[in-house]
Amino acid sequence: MDILVIIFILFGLLFFIGGAVGIIRMPDFYSRLHPAGKLDTLGIMAVVIGLAIYNLHHFDTLSVLLSIKMILIVFFVFLSSPTATHSIVDAGMRAGLRHWTQKQRKE
Amino acid sequence: MITFFLTVSIIMCLLMLLSMYRALFGPTVLDRLIGVNAIGSKTVVLLLLIGFLYERVDMFVDIALAYAFLNFVAVLAASRYFHKRKGLYEESFMD
Amino acid sequence: MNSLTKEVASKKSSRRTATFFKSFLSFFLTFILMFGTWLVLSGKFDPLLLWLGGLSSFLIAFYFYDLLFPAFESGYAVTFIRFSKYAPWLIYEIMKANFHILKIVFHPRMKELIDPHIITFKTNLKSDIAITTLANSITLTPGTITVTATSDGVFKVHAIDRESAEALPGIMLEKVAHVFGEDV
Repeated sequence: MDILVIIFILFGLLFFIGGAVGIIRMPDFYSRLHPAGKLDTLGIMAVVIGLAIYNLHHFDTLSVLLSIKMILIVFFVFLSSPTATHSIVDAGMRAGLRHWTQKQRKE
Repeated sequence: MITFFLTVSIIMCLLMLLSMYRALFGPTVLDRLIGVNAIGSKTVVLLLLIGFLYERVDMFVDIALAYAFLNFVAVLAASRYFHKRKGLYEESFMD
Repeated sequence: MNSLTKEVASKKSSRRTATFFKSFLSFFLTFILMFGTWLVLSGKFDPLLLWLGGLSSFLIAFYFYDLLFPAFESGYAVTFIRFSKYAPWLIYEIMKANFHILKIVFHPRMKELIDPHIITFKTNLKSDIAITTLANSITLTPGTITVTATSDGVFKVHAIDRESAEALPGIMLEKVAHVFGEDV
């Protein structure tokens, strides 16, 4: 059981590291959103599911309720993260930011 | 297991510092917003881990849930605020 | 003349009972949802707390029953079953694409691999919920972000490389259209 928890959390950590590195390395604002918005979502999903499994060690009503709450966090993040990403993209689009292309690299 | 959680929390704090770079030095306002959003999503996980470390998960899970809501609302409000702001366009070419 | 008005009146009353039944059903579903959330979030089962939760969820369900389930139809159950078949496929797709992004991020020559561009395509989706679901699914799948989605079904998508742009709209559009019972 513990091994499953550790695998889940390490997976989540890998995605989080990818997200943090991607935010720094990507060339422009639009492509930065790709790692920021989505690798983080999957990272939260993996880590929180791992913690919810770990929480079920002492099996009683309270811990089951706590695990349901954690799954509620995952569900909420899944709903809200695309909306937040879309709202940031929309703000950039309306302000008229241009996106980075291969042409700019060659120049 | 507690040692493992502690290690994961410390790594998470270091990752928050990495995202802080974008929040501090981002060329445009929206880049800073991305950095703040990334920090917020890491904080949710960090709160849960702190709850396990102090053995008060029942309390910290509520705080994490509220923080997830707050992070979402903050990002929405900030991006609406910068919706039609002039100057973002020029700012993106200031390297 | 008399019989005609009677018929009209009976039709009207039957329609009224039908609408009453529908709004009662959506009220009931909203109430169940609110009360379940209250139970999970409070975690205590005192009579006082149960009573307070029941009262507040009753008030919310009474005033806002038409927000969550606007016009209750029997198609909701079918849609729900189809959606629960769609969700695992979506999660598998998200996992697959996340590893792709992860590979790009850690690649030493990242700037040669990526090729950001914006693509536009038109779909025949009609209902708001189908368009919203497709837009959120596209955003959740890494490599693509929905920039705008209008109510006539025109999507503008920012893709990070050629490979993830080619996958659109394709199979995901077909699946979403099947879930909400619309033609592609």
